[in-house]
Amino acid sequence: MSEIILKTENLGITFGGLKAVSDVNIEIRKKQLYGLVGPNGAGKTTIFNMLTGVYRPTTGRFFLDGEDLTGKGQEVINHKGIARTFQNIRLFNNMTVIHNVMVGLHNQSEYKCSFLETILRLPRYFKTEKAMRQKAKELLRIFGLEEERNNLACNLPYGKQRKLEIARALATNPKLLLLDEPAAGMNPNETADLVETIKFIRDNFDMTILLIEHDMKFVAGLCDEITVLNFGTVLAQGDTKTALNDPAVVKAYIGG
Amino acid sequence: MAKLGKIKWKHYINYIAIAIVTIVFGAMSFANLLPSSTVYLLEKIAISIILAVSLSMVVGFLGELSLGHAGFMCVGAYLGGKVSCLLEPVFGNGLITLIISILVGGLIAAACGIIIGLPALRLKGDYLAIVTLAFGEIVRSIFMNSGEESFGGSLGLSTPRYDKSVLFIFAFVLVLGCLAVVQNLIRSKHGRAITSIRDNEIAAHATGINVTKYKLSVFTISSLFAGIAGVLYSFSNFRVQSTNFDYNYSIEILVMVVLGGMGSINGSIVAATLITYLDTTLQTVLTGNLAVLQDLFYALILIILVVYNNAPALSAFRATHNLSVFFEKLRKHDPAHRRDDEAKWDRVPTKIEMNEILSVDIQSTSSTVDPDKKEGK
Repeated sequence: MSEIILKTENLGITFGGLKAVSDVNIEIRKKQLYGLVGPNGAGKTTIFNMLTGVYRPTTGRFFLDGEDLTGKGQEVINHKGIARTFQNIRLFNNMTVIHNVMVGLHNQSEYKCSFLETILRLPRYFKTEKAMRQKAKELLRIFGLEEERNNLACNLPYGKQRKLEIARALATNPKLLLLDEPAAGMNPNETADLVETIKFIRDNFDMTILLIEHDMKFVAGLCDEITVLNFGTVLAQGDTKTALNDPAVVKAYIGG
Repeated sequence: MAKLGKIKWKHYINYIAIAIVTIVFGAMSFANLLPSSTVYLLEKIAISIILAVSLSMVVGFLGELSLGHAGFMCVGAYLGGKVSCLLEPVFGNGLITLIISILVGGLIAAACGIIIGLPALRLKGDYLAIVTLAFGEIVRSIFMNSGEESFGGSLGLSTPRYDKSVLFIFAFVLVLGCLAVVQNLIRSKHGRAITSIRDNEIAAHATGINVTKYKLSVFTISSLFAGIAGVLYSFSNFRVQSTNFDYNYSIEILVMVVLGGMGSINGSIVAATLITYLDTTLQTVLTGNLAVLQDLFYALILIILVVYNNAPALSAFRATHNLSVFFEKLRKHDPAHRRDDEAKWDRVPTKIEMNEILSVDIQSTSSTVDPDKKEGK
């Protein structure tokens, strides 16, 4: 078994008197495709928001690669290596495709360039700009977006916008990639394409991926392990097949 | 000609245009060919350009609404003016006094920007607008009620007179400086970070952009230049009066930015020039009994400008007769033609342009369909 990338310990959050999520324990290993499944309002996105620093967990802690990141700011958590995409796509719509990816590269140490160097247009500025552009182009080529690199992000078709969002998240060089309903609103072709893309990312970037999804076929075909949530608590956990066939899960989904 | 393709000429066209204006009018001014009213108008235009370009960084690129620009300008005007009053007996009214007062005025305005920005930038949209508006009014009333010894109170502060031509050229050098700082910053990784905050703040956070840092930096740089413009204003009028810096003035600067197109630096420059010219001309044309009509006409012309600025016919004309098209044509003659990655970066595209992009897509797909049809026949 390979090393554990993400570990949560009794992670939970309350909003006022409402327990949105409680006692979530997840362990994700390197290069694993991990699914987070559950009916609407189960607290899946809330967990994402805690893991990325949008919300501060009220109980429990989480560790990335052994480092406690509980309660850290969004930027810090991103620098430490958790990147995410959003349920409703959030691109920088009025910027070009390549600039979207270049914003993702912003914080990497090899592209440092101070305000003063930028304003005075010192050689370092030109060097970093060129390197960033090069790197962004490479990433876009992987996602088949190179042709569209000078288009505005908002003019891309839906499937490509999803891909661009993933490319932007990958540009921040994360250890763990969180995908919030990546297949939402996609047609079957786009979904099939997305499955390939996600597998490709896992294999070629050595990426660990945690994803939220409603499409059970998608989850069953993609994820190694899943956690099923309902009303903020864990219903079932473990190997995808067994967890999905768990009586409690079937009951939560189908009723009865 | 081979080099023409490599240098992005359209990025430098505004520097060149302003430099030419400076040299031509500067030479005329030194040769005493210009009436002092024209020099005064040109100085006012320079001040407006600095104000509009610096505000466009906050409003157009960062996407925050600030209505306190005249407040920062007021700080710069009073403190720069005071410093030059104090320095005049020591250094005379030469360049040294001018430069030191500009620096002091600008830096103190920037410091105010940091102090106001730290708490205010946590607010969004309308709330930030209200706080900055209040700041402007507070600053104004502080100077209004200051003692006659310190800042002249309601009478205002008289500032030393500088040589008109020197001041004029100095003003335009500052315009170039402001333009260089803003433009270089916007066209860089920092500029992309700033624009990403405008486009989607939540995503910018999640992408690891330090939103607070960038908001504060932009706000500070913008107030620095507002302060510098304020110092120039005080020298250009020989007098600072707090009544000049009311919220109307802030809104006038905002109008320049909006009219020029959010996120377009060159647009801001053109709009600033146009509005300042309009304002001054109305003041000189409508005198005597007609003076009451000044504001009416000003407002009327503004309404017409804003409404028809985005008229389809005008937008279509601009889409085909702009500088990028011109340079594209020049470049087509150039064998070393390379595709420009930076195209359409420095401004938000208009609706017409987007329609054009979309229509191009349709055309290209229909042309790929055509061969099939022919084969079918």
